[in-house]
Formats: sequence, structure tokens, C-alpha cells
Amino acid sequence: MERVPILKLGDILIVSIQIDLQDMSVLALQEDLSERVVATGARGVIIDITAVEIVDSFIGRMLATIAAISRMLDAETIVVGMRPAVAITLVELGLSLGGVRTALNLEKGVALLNQIENQTPTATW
Amino acid sequence: MTTAEELPINVNGDVVLVRQRVRTVAVNVGLSLVDQTKVVTAASELARNALVYAGGGQVRVEVVHNGVRQGLRMTFSDNGPGIPDIEQALTDGWTTGNGLGLGLSGSRRLVDEFALESTPGEGTLITVTKWAR
Amino acid sequence: MSVHTDAGRRRIEELLQEHEGRVLKRWLEIAVSSTSNQVDRGGLADQLRELYQSLRQSFGSSGDLSDLRGLLAELSRDRARQGFTPTETAVVVFGLKEALYETVEEDGSPDALRGFIWFSRVIDDLGLFTVESYATAREKIIIDQAEQLLELSTPVVKLWDGIVAVPLVGTLDSARTQVVMEKLLQTLVDTGSEHAVIDITGVPAVDTEVAQHLLKTVVAARLMGAECVISGIRPQIAHTIVTLGIEFGDIVTKATLADALAHTLRASGVRVVKGGESRIAVRTVEA
Ligand SMILES: Nc1ncnc2c1ncn2[C@@H]1O[C@H](COP(=O)(O)OP(=O)(O)OP(=O)(O)O)[C@@H](O)[C@H]1O
Ligand SMILES: [Mg+2]
Repeated sequence: MERVPILKLGDILIVSIQIDLQDMSVLALQEDLSERVVATGARGVIIDITAVEIVDSFIGRMLATIAAISRMLDAETIVVGMRPAVAITLVELGLSLGGVRTALNLEKGVALLNQIENQTPTATW
Repeated sequence: MTTAEELPINVNGDVVLVRQRVRTVAVNVGLSLVDQTKVVTAASELARNALVYAGGGQVRVEVVHNGVRQGLRMTFSDNGPGIPDIEQALTDGWTTGNGLGLGLSGSRRLVDEFALESTPGEGTLITVTKWAR
Repeated sequence: MSVHTDAGRRRIEELLQEHEGRVLKRWLEIAVSSTSNQVDRGGLADQLRELYQSLRQSFGSSGDLSDLRGLLAELSRDRARQGFTPTETAVVVFGLKEALYETVEEDGSPDALRGFIWFSRVIDDLGLFTVESYATAREKIIIDQAEQLLELSTPVVKLWDGIVAVPLVGTLDSARTQVVMEKLLQTLVDTGSEHAVIDITGVPAVDTEVAQHLLKTVVAARLMGAECVISGIRPQIAHTIVTLGIEFGDIVTKATLADALAHTLRASGVRVVKGGESRIAVRTVEA
């Protein structure tokens, strides 16, 4: 089973999914990420799915779960780079990805994280 | 000139292989990028269901013709417990596991033709077709 | 196939070989005189020679017509492009019968006459085939043009840095709406635009399916990280949407394209200030 690497950039964790994920890898990523959020005290998680060709209900649920867990651990999750065909398919499938924030690309995802940060000046030290 | 192949769905990695094979055939048949994505997503859902609820099964992937139109047909079969109430299983949000209950109902929306036959105690047979525009 | 026909067929093949030069020359004359259009005589002569040889070859290879059909399809396409009708093209092919008949008559043997009946039938089939391939070629042109029209009729324009718009004009059917949807979403990615305006001022009516597609476009854009505003909804369309029970939910709608632009400019952090002369002040959000 392949594991998806997690990069740390300042106080942001970045995950770039580059392979066709099997369900076990998806679950492993979910676990790895929450551990890393706690260990690093990251304030944001960016999941880059630019290279992902399909998001089915399993991966969709993983994205929503990661967002919910991170939020509990005081980190915001942004999913970036969703392809048009993937978005159209998700809508048809009926997945709304509630609670998951999205941005067009990595750069805009980082900007969005900063913006959220500035809106909540109560951020803990 | 009908090409057909049978793929096993016995372990987790098989779902990935099914997705990849279906993508290749979808490209060959001439489906648009969006339709390729839809049919591969449906394949992923139905293959996972066979694995999770029936402990495995197989899918037949074939190219079909209707006049000048080409299409991709997938037939998923398993010898699992079957689905007692098909209408209920096809309802958005209905699940006996811990899923979202969107696999079956969503797949039906992603394809052009969808047929589900199931006999409790014997197994499930799902046939879906996507036509190139 | 009877012995008679076999002998007849053989005799025709012999005649086609022995009198190739004469028959070809006659065929060209007939072909040229069959039309009032200006023709490229040299080009046509080459094509007829090729056809002739391919026909003889197909007789040799026990009736494999695939090469010959390829050539005929090409001839048919070529002549369609030059403005010939499918009938005119078929007449050119039929001309070979007349061209050969003179030779057959001269020969006068029963075999040759019997063979000529068989030969006529082959040529008739080939002539019909050119008509068929003409129709197929036309059909393909029509499909291609319809697709191009669809593309042309759905432009996605950049209104401002980070704001794109699709002004829709005319009847929206499900297929066209889908094309728009895909094109708009792709433009969002390509231009990195986070705002889009779908303007339906020029759309007279929508049905349930089209309204659903518009709705799905907005939801899909949101999944990708962009916001859509729908502008120019006519009263009748609003009425349709409400009576159909379609939930537009929290989707932003504006009366006019101008209102929608003002809204998206504000949302993307641009402030429009009216001074002595019109001026636009740009304030970028901290990024
Ligand atoms: N091949 C099958 N054999 C037996 N039961 C099945 C099979 N496929 C689906 N089911 C039943 O139908 C229900 C609905 O399936 P569906 O794929 O729609 O949702 P899910 O798998 O529970 O969740 P999701 O696919 O959204 O993650 C399942 O919970 C299961 O009870
Ligand atoms: Mg499922």
C-alpha cells in the first residue's frame, strides 16, 4: 500500500495526491494527517487534488472527515485544484462536501488560509 | 467487433485496477472527459460495493454499439448476500454500513442505463451503460 | 455463379485489360461531358485511371472491394467539395458502363454480352456507394458545424481580473447548457478566476432540466472554489423556477449584468468610486 507524503511549510501542512488512491491509502492518510496536525500544531491543511482524476463517495467522505477532525484540532482544511469534470461528477453523485472549504489552486488556498487567520484574531498562541 | 473483458474484484487494489481499465476503455469508446469521469466514478462505487458487501465479485467491461453510437457497458456480479429491498437501496442516503448511501443512487445518475437485479442469499447483478454523445 | 457468368466475367476482364487505353479515354470524355461545371481534366483523368486499376485488381483478388471503396469515397468527397451533386458523381461512375459497352459491342461474343450484364450490376453498386458516402460525409460536416456553432454561441469573456462572464443568448437546451457549464468551469481554472457571472438576459425561457443544469454549474463552481452569480432572470423564468419547485437556495441572483458585476467586484475587493470624472480605485485584499 502506498502512503501519501505530507509536507510542512511553515505552519501549514500540504498534501498533494499524485496517485490513484486505494481505500486503505485514503484511510492511512486520514490518520497520518490528524497525527501530524497535533504534532506540529499546524493551523492549516491544504489537500491538493489537481492530479486526481476522480473523487468517489469514499474519497469525498475522507475529505469531509479530515476537515472535521482538523477543525476540532483548531486547523482549517482547504481542498484545492479540483478539476471541472470531477466537480461536475460530484454534483451528479450527490456529494456536497459540506464543511470543506475549497480554492482554485494552491496559491489561492494559502491566501484563503491567511484570510481566515486574519478574520479570527483570537487565534491562540 | 465487440471487445469484452472480465476483471476480478477480490482485494482493495482491484478497485483501482477496475477504475484504470474502465478509463482506458472509456477513452477508446470516445466518451467526453466529463462522461469518462462519470463512468469511472460509477465503476469505483459499484466495485467497492461488491467488495465490501459481497466479499468480492467481478466486472465485465465491454464496448457496445447502437447504430452508429458506441458505448461502454459494465456488468458487476457477485455471490454475496443480495439486496432485499432494491428500492430502498437506491434511495439517496440509505446505507447498512457506514457509508454515505450515495454509491448506488449516485451511480444511477452518472450513467445512461442502469439495471439492478438481486436475489437475497444468492447475489447481485448490476448492469450500467454509458453512451458516447 | 453459373459457368456462363464465369465465362462472361472472364471475357470482360480480358476486354478491360486489352482495351484499357481506349476505354479509359472514352470514360473520361463521358465524365467530362456529363457536367456543365468547369472540371480539372488532368485531376479527373488521374482519378479515373486509379479507379480503373483498382477495379481490375479487385476482380483479380476475387472481389475484395475495400481499396476500391476507399478510392470512391475519396472521389465523392473531392467532388462534393468542388460543388458537384451526388448524382453528378454517380453519373461519372456509371459512365464506365457506356465506355466499355462500345468495346463489348465490337467484340460481339455472347460471353462478352453476358459478362456485361454482370459488369453493369457491379458498377451500379459502386455508383450507389458514392451517393452513400456523399451522404455520410455531409452528415459528418453537419455534426461538426453544429458543434462549432455551439462553441461559438457560448463565449466566456473576462470582465475583470478574476471575474469571467457567460452572456447566454437564445434558446437553452440541455446539451448547450452542459457545454456552457463545462466551458465556464474550465475557464475558471485556466484564468484563476474566483468569480463568474452567468447572464441569461437573452434567454427567453428555461425548462426544468436547464434550470437544474444552471444550478449544478453554480454548485460545481463552488466545489472548485469559485462563486457564480446569475443575472438577468426574466420574470417568466423566475416564475418557472418557483413553480417547478427548484431550490435556488443561497445562490446569488441579480437583476442585471451591471448589478452582478458590481456585486462581484465588491466581493473580490475592488471598490468603484464615482468622482468628478469616473474613476476606479482598486484595493486588493490582503493575500
Ligand atoms: N453488491 C451488494 N451486495 C449486497 N448489498 C449491497 C451491494 N451493494 C449495495 N448494497 C447495499 O445497498 C446499500 C446502499 O449502497 P450504496 O453504495 O448506495 O451506499 P453505501 O455503500 O452504504 O455508502 P457509499 O457508497 O455512499 O459510501 C449498502 O449499504 C448495502 O446495504
Ligand atoms: Mg457504496
